[in-house]
Amino acid sequence: MNSYYIERTGRAVLTLWLVVTLTFGIIRLLPGGPLVQLRAQLIRQGVDPSEIEGIIETYQNLRPNEPIYIQYIDYVSSLVVGDMGQSFRYSKPVSAIIGDALPWTVFVMVTATLILFAIAIVWGAVMAYKEGSTLDTVSSALSILFSTVPFYVFAIMLVVVFGYRLGLFPTSNRTSPGMLDPYSIKFVIDALHHAILPITSIVVTQAGLQALAMRGNSIQVLGEDYVRVARLRGLSDSRISVRYVARNAILPMYTGFLTLIGFNLGGSVILEEVFTYPGIGYYMFAALEARDYPLMMGVFLIITTALVVAVFIADLTYGKIDPRVETGDSSEAY
Amino acid sequence: MKRTESDSVATDTEFSFETSGSTVEVSRSERLREFYEEFIYKPGLVAWSDRRTRVGSLIMAIYVLMGTVGVVFYKAPNSNQVERSIQPFQTMAAPLGSTRSGVDVLAMVIHATPEMLLMLLAGGLFATGVAVAIGTLAGYKGGTTDRLLTTFSDIAMSIPGLPLIMVLAIVFNPTNPALIGILITVNYWAGLGRSIRSQVLTLREESYVEASRTMGVSTPRILVKDVIPNIMPYVLVNFANAARYVVFASVGLYYLGILPTSVDNWGLQLDQAYRQAGALTGAGTMYQLVVPMLAIMFIALALILLAQGMDRVFNPRVRTRLAGESESAGGEDTEETSAAEMIT
Repeated sequence: MNSYYIERTGRAVLTLWLVVTLTFGIIRLLPGGPLVQLRAQLIRQGVDPSEIEGIIETYQNLRPNEPIYIQYIDYVSSLVVGDMGQSFRYSKPVSAIIGDALPWTVFVMVTATLILFAIAIVWGAVMAYKEGSTLDTVSSALSILFSTVPFYVFAIMLVVVFGYRLGLFPTSNRTSPGMLDPYSIKFVIDALHHAILPITSIVVTQAGLQALAMRGNSIQVLGEDYVRVARLRGLSDSRISVRYVARNAILPMYTGFLTLIGFNLGGSVILEEVFTYPGIGYYMFAALEARDYPLMMGVFLIITTALVVAVFIADLTYGKIDPRVETGDSSEAY
Repeated sequence: MKRTESDSVATDTEFSFETSGSTVEVSRSERLREFYEEFIYKPGLVAWSDRRTRVGSLIMAIYVLMGTVGVVFYKAPNSNQVERSIQPFQTMAAPLGSTRSGVDVLAMVIHATPEMLLMLLAGGLFATGVAVAIGTLAGYKGGTTDRLLTTFSDIAMSIPGLPLIMVLAIVFNPTNPALIGILITVNYWAGLGRSIRSQVLTLREESYVEASRTMGVSTPRILVKDVIPNIMPYVLVNFANAARYVVFASVGLYYLGILPTSVDNWGLQLDQAYRQAGALTGAGTMYQLVVPMLAIMFIALALILLAQGMDRVFNPRVRTRLAGESESAGGEDTEETSAAEMIT
């Protein structure tokens, strides 16, 4: 039992280490090489050639003339202390940019994912109970229709209609200018006002498929023997629906929920570009365009870390929620 | 790989059980026919009886026609080929209107189809192929193999898809649609591989798998003969899902201008409508945004309908009831309604 947790923790650490190594490798693969580009940029700015090596070191956490393993050790050890180098484009430490942007992205994505799961669970359960009815058919058709629209296409529509045509919602930024006091009610309302369209585009385009998944799970659970037995035992309806059906139908969606948050964090690159919402996705895109590699890799690492942690939590807690799940010790090899 | 039964016995020990162990000889063609009946014809029939599969296949057929015949017969997009800025449904020269530089919008949609189809085929095949290989092997073998493969898929799964593809697209700058498809699904297979693994975990305890194992049938052969056919419908469903992901991701990447613009794509059209034609603010150019959007939505609709329809085939409970061969079909139905009433 405990060895499972140790192994799982080791696996999460291994994953992070491999991803860090991957980014280290990618930086070296990038066309033109970021170091070449940075050097050219610095020469253009008229920086004294003797100082260039030192500047590159602060930007990239690298001493380019050292052997590769020294560079690697430098890179990893500075990441460990939270130093992700300096952004070329914004001339600020990458960690400062991410620290400023990350809470906003997390706020939008976590809220959106929570809302869409709440909708999906209720809607899917209702569809399952009414399986075959008109309500089920129409709902299924609707949820399929909604999921044919990529979230960013729907986002563009929202910007066009509610932003530009009707002028009901802002089309860029996370708050109005001048909103400085983050503890005032005005600030919170303003922030929500800016976040509604991004959240809506995620919820509307993703709730349908999740509802269908919930519907499938519920139908399956309704057919299980233990539901039949529970009914024969004369248990109350509410007890059966909550303890037997709902619980077992939601279980498979639990891991999906945490993974979807991570997945949506990745999708923020497109979403925040459409809404000009300065979260980490927005900065990643700006970095991609400006070939600002330290910032690009910093955001990439942060999103990956978020996903690793989410899946890790899902794996650790899943066994607690569903005791039937084996913790990996019992499978024998053939 | 044509081998007769007899020399395969001589060369390959994995075939031994069929000749020595079983009393009834089953020829290869008979087995093929049985496989066809059980795993293609019957599910196909059930799937076709589902309206969703029918509609999905029809829409898909239109795209395939567009991408093969349409490309040959319809003019390629070019600037100044028709009058500039024609609204849709005005002239037969450009039925869906033209852009400000006089490019036929319909021509752009049609000529982007072959690349799109190639991209989603390559992406779907890659994603499901790798997922099946890794998922079945991990689930069936268990032990160290399982641990290694699961760790591998866990790591692949922990890397967020879109940002990874963006970084890779900048490094490799791919122009071949098939390569782009594979690039997009570079870690998409991982999640699918995990769920296939968990299905195989239950399958490997089945009596016929155990029988094959006791008789010393080799692992690849058990996987191909006993395990994979059982998960095939599920794989098909996920092929459609992976293809949809390829459509969405590629359009998004083209829209952002991260992939090279040398390949025609609906995402590029969106990008042009958004940035150059000012479709966001000016009502006059809205159609340039809507036409590629519809192209994306319909192909996604076709793929979802196919996936949903095939899901019926995958779910044995629904399948039996649909095919009308269940002895308790009626009873089960009433039971379900009563359960439904009870819970709501």
